[in-house]
Amino acid sequence: MFSFILRRLGLLIPTFFGITLLTFSLIRLIPGDPIEVMVGERSLDPQMHAAALHRLGLDKPLYLQYIDYVVNLAHGHLGDSLITRVDVWTEFTTLFPATLELAICAMIFAVVLGLLAGIVAAIKRGSLFDHGVMGLSLTGFSMPIFWWGLILIMFFSVRLGWTPVAGRIDLAFDIPPRTGFMLIDTWLASSRDPSLSGAFVDALKHLILPTIVLGTIPLAVIARMTRSSMLEVLREDYVRTARAKGLSPSRVIFIHALRNALIPVLTVIGLQVGVLMGGAVLTETIFSWPGIGKWLIDAIQRRDYPVVQNGILLVATLVILVNFVVDILYGVANPRIRHAK
Amino acid sequence: MSLLEISNLSVQFGSEARPFNAVEGLDLSVDQGEVVGIVGESGSGKSVTMMAMMGLLEGQGRIVADQLRFDGKDLLKISARDRRKIIGKDISMIFQDPMTALNPSYTVGYQIMEVLKEHQGLRGAALKQRALELMEMVEIPAAAQRLSSYPHQLSGGMSQRVAIAMAIACKPKLLIADEPTTALDVTIQAQIMELLVSLQKSQNMALILITHDLAVVAEVAQRLAVMYAGQVAELGAVPDIFRRPFHPYTEALLSSIPEHSKGARRLNTLPGIVPGHYDRPVGCLLSPRCPYVQERCRLERPALTVDGASGVRCHFPLSAKEVK
Repeated sequence: MFSFILRRLGLLIPTFFGITLLTFSLIRLIPGDPIEVMVGERSLDPQMHAAALHRLGLDKPLYLQYIDYVVNLAHGHLGDSLITRVDVWTEFTTLFPATLELAICAMIFAVVLGLLAGIVAAIKRGSLFDHGVMGLSLTGFSMPIFWWGLILIMFFSVRLGWTPVAGRIDLAFDIPPRTGFMLIDTWLASSRDPSLSGAFVDALKHLILPTIVLGTIPLAVIARMTRSSMLEVLREDYVRTARAKGLSPSRVIFIHALRNALIPVLTVIGLQVGVLMGGAVLTETIFSWPGIGKWLIDAIQRRDYPVVQNGILLVATLVILVNFVVDILYGVANPRIRHAK
Repeated sequence: MSLLEISNLSVQFGSEARPFNAVEGLDLSVDQGEVVGIVGESGSGKSVTMMAMMGLLEGQGRIVADQLRFDGKDLLKISARDRRKIIGKDISMIFQDPMTALNPSYTVGYQIMEVLKEHQGLRGAALKQRALELMEMVEIPAAAQRLSSYPHQLSGGMSQRVAIAMAIACKPKLLIADEPTTALDVTIQAQIMELLVSLQKSQNMALILITHDLAVVAEVAQRLAVMYAGQVAELGAVPDIFRRPFHPYTEALLSSIPEHSKGARRLNTLPGIVPGHYDRPVGCLLSPRCPYVQERCRLERPALTVDGASGVRCHFPLSAKEVK
């Protein structure tokens, strides 16, 4: 098991370098530079432009800029935002809990409902429920996030008034940030200050629509994957053996079939973390959610090179780490992988 | 009274509008401690019969029978919950391919202990002790270490031994072995057969042996049922059938054994194939292939005529002098 983890860790290094190279070159491929964007429509003196670029080190040849970037990274310097002058790490850690809170809720929503729907659809194959789940999941998977978000806002927030339109919490509540997770912060605050007692429910209401919007695609993918994987496993000889032992149907399904059916589903769940981060950018924009998705979009528009490069690097690292954990779980779930030399 | 009494069992597959019978009007009884062989071509309904009895068809087939009595209880009349108390305990089954019959995600020990926990409520040290005993009974070397092995770490023969250990864990009264050696190497086949027979004797279990291998049946079984296209064609005591088959199909099966065609240049074979599910002949199911076919065979389907312990489903059973 230990060498399995080491092998997987070794594979992370080239991936990591690939990402730095990709973000570094992509942001520089977009026309314009930070100075031009800052100045905007006004005319810009070429000498001042060159001096400003020189100050930022952006006049050096690209390969030198890249080496500077990687050397800084190796020393743990992520650099400062060109616009706010705050260092990228501080900005990231301030904004990240908002995204994480949303992503965790969306993932729980997708995994719980997706697994349940997939398992029941597989057991009741060909039933109305099965066809319903498959039809809905295809619809969910094909739905553009921004459109789906707007439709939900129009119906539930505007028409019915059940949920707030945007943001994480009503402005009436002044919640001191402690963990950065609004649900936990409001919980802590309301236990201390009775006037904030409604804050937790308010934060929850703010979370509902973004959670659904962000979780819909992973939910659809997980439900379909669980169903097909479960159907395959239910035909296996060892499931018949389990039945022949006289075990209860729930034991056959949850202990013998599900354990094996989960192996491919686990990989898919890991991959959905990446999808979730991509979806967060759109979802946060629609719901004015103050997370890193919105932060990155703003940074790209301002050509804020350090924020874009390192913000994306941090997000990508996170996705890689999650998939790394999934790979290890995969080994735990599947003894054949664990023992492979 | 017999341990197992199946009478007039039919198993139907396909849609209600277009059903077909995988098994039709099957009668079979097995006594305590008896070894009964079931032989027949692939698709003749051998496995389906046993799966139907075990309740393993999972609602896919429609099962009808006058009775399906095991140890005084009609398996078709009791609830699924009550049947599960019998299945895996008093009746157990081992399957053809041991490499896929064990769950790849659990250790061998876990899978054996699971049966003991479920049916005998064993826990803790007693549970482990009994699992170890079973591993030793099926002659697995280094049994203690093997308990924590995963199925993919075992050979086919070892896996089949584990499957046998699981099946005999609760001292079943009836063990069904569905082609237990077909997927194994020839050298291992003999060892597994030997193990099964010695366990059958020492545990005094009844054993139903489903096989293609008539030589094994001749050696091991006391009685034999020959199945063709979902029906029992002939049944009786092994020595009688081998000495004097009454059914043309049995005769054809016996004459296809290589030892029986010594001197001949080619093995004897029965021309043609088993009729498909939807093109069963009106008359005797064997009539398109039977060398002795007569007009009546094509028009009228014969019933199984039972005479004591033996029976034959043929309008014109072969008499002794006709046997080649």
